[in-house]
Amino acid sequence: MRRVPDTATRIKIALDGKSIATSDAEFVINPYEEYALEQGVQLKEKYGGEVIVLTLGPEKSTSVILKALALGADRAIHLKSENFPDDPSAVARAIATELKTVEFDVLLFGKKGVDDDSQQVGPMVAELLGIPCVTQIVKLDISAGKAVAHREVEGGVIVVEATLPAAFTAEKDLTVPRYASLRELVAARKKPILVKEPQQFPGILETISVQYPPPRPPGRVLGKGVEAVPMLVKVLHEEAKVI
Amino acid sequence: MQGPILVFAESSGSEFRKSAFEAVTEARRLADLSKTEVHALSIGHKIRDQASSLGKFGADKVSVAEDEMLKLFQPDFYRQIALDLAKRINPSVILLPATSTGKDLAPRLAIYLNTVVATECTELEISDDDLIATRPAYAGKVLLKVKMRGNPKIATLRPNVFTAKERVPAISPSVESLSFEKPATKMTVKEFVTHGAKKQDLTEAGVIVSGGRGMGGPENYKILEELASVMGGVVGASRASVDAGWRPHSDQVGQTGRTVSPTLYIACGISGAIQHRVGMINSKVIVAINKDPEAPIFGFADYGIVGDVFEVVPALTQEMRKYYGKN
Ligand SMILES: Cc1cc2nc3c(=O)[nH]c(=O)nc-3n(C[C@H](O)[C@H](O)[C@H](O)COP(=O)(O)OP(=O)(O)OC[C@H]3O[C@@H](n4cnc5c(N)ncnc54)[C@H](O)[C@@H]3O)c2cc1C
Repeated sequence: MRRVPDTATRIKIALDGKSIATSDAEFVINPYEEYALEQGVQLKEKYGGEVIVLTLGPEKSTSVILKALALGADRAIHLKSENFPDDPSAVARAIATELKTVEFDVLLFGKKGVDDDSQQVGPMVAELLGIPCVTQIVKLDISAGKAVAHREVEGGVIVVEATLPAAFTAEKDLTVPRYASLRELVAARKKPILVKEPQQFPGILETISVQYPPPRPPGRVLGKGVEAVPMLVKVLHEEAKVI
Repeated sequence: MQGPILVFAESSGSEFRKSAFEAVTEARRLADLSKTEVHALSIGHKIRDQASSLGKFGADKVSVAEDEMLKLFQPDFYRQIALDLAKRINPSVILLPATSTGKDLAPRLAIYLNTVVATECTELEISDDDLIATRPAYAGKVLLKVKMRGNPKIATLRPNVFTAKERVPAISPSVESLSFEKPATKMTVKEFVTHGAKKQDLTEAGVIVSGGRGMGGPENYKILEELASVMGGVVGASRASVDAGWRPHSDQVGQTGRTVSPTLYIACGISGAIQHRVGMINSKVIVAINKDPEAPIFGFADYGIVGDVFEVVPALTQEMRKYYGKN
């Protein structure tokens, strides 16, 4: 689980032209990881056990870790690093290294981070650990050492059965995240957070520049109501040439 | 860059996906720039007869792995086949469509090949004998240019962004069959349950007619289905209408839904929130129909009509029917 700028935040490019200026952005738990966390908490409520959140990120990740603990996680592992390479393979290797020391049945990830949109860490960690991984799931049922997951694909869902321990990456429809009460937010402060340094791996993905997308040419309102419809068809054909 | 360009030519049923042709076309362009070959990989069931059609888009060689068990994407099987081929031909670049399959397979290959993936690229270039990939991040609020150290470089290509172009004359590629031996696996693919008779996926559609909260209820999407059907398009939705249970999540466009880039996107009763905008802003042309002249969607639509969807949409369907009848 990690912290990302709120999706409504304006994203500013830093002066170096190669990174994002995040100083005045507002940060939240990556939305896809909220679905994953909620799934973990629901499994615990049904079958018992414990929910551990693992975060690789800077000191400032503490706020989202506390939020996750308030939302039902029992304890946290914070692999604290201020400038870990921005490279999904390095992140996956560090997480897999740590997970070799943790026992688990179900390993949940978000489908992607809404910041770098890379969509790689979940399956990479699973491959490194040699466990099955079902990506983009919208439904998960667990019974007798097995999981049945519904994976959302173009035009439908694929139903996959996997032996535990197994990894999954959450799609939006997996769960509806709950809200934390004030009492839970306070109680979260008493839950254990194990802070340690991640093992370092070199980044092989290098960002050479960051740019804003070219602005769209200004559009125009053609008119009001049904009277404007013939004009729309005309401009789509003659001007935009898309029909 | 030495070594061929390996393209995963994804199929669905016994047909290649449009995004497979797009990826092969782009691979050809890169191969010409770096004077190398395009080697396509096709994995599936009953696809071999189609394999040579990849030559039309520029494949020099095609390797085909066919088996009943490969009909649906099974990560361990597909990964094994792709990895064996990659180890044999030592590609400089591996391209995959950024589909659910491509985006699942790419990182698995990357870990085994000690590399990383540039996800959902919208542009590739070769500069100083190196691959530079442009990819949107922060839901398209910025574009990153990235480089990958080492070989191979793996990139997934966003569907509908690269154009599939048939070459004249077509190449007649050499086609080889790969033998498939089922590797050990802890996953069993049970079945594919379709969402219905939808012909195209949102990410591959040329025309999307999308409806938001302004549609008022699930039954009203009928008028959007009609418009879409006249135009050969598909229906999409905003999150508000998905969260209301009017449409399935697979129809959702936006930050936590699909990122689409059709030729024409018609937003009906959608306000144009930033999280919706980022999912459709790369459409070639955006049309907005909304009764509120102040709706943010008018700020970035190419053409707008201020009006009630229940009046404007049926009129537009009728007008389009006339137009397509004539043209
Ligand atoms: C983390 C996060 C992720 C999100 N991800 C997404 C996402 O992926 N996709 C997405 O879409 N949203 C997403 N959202 C939600 C987004 O912020 C908006 O709430 C949502 O897009 C609004 O949907 P809407 O435009 O259909 O509804 P509204 O904002 O309610 O707009 C309805 C519009 O319909 C118009 N209207 C009403 N009746 C009529 C009529 N009869 N005729 C014509 N016009 C009419 C109104 O004028 C209004 O402009 C996300 C939000 C968050 C916080």
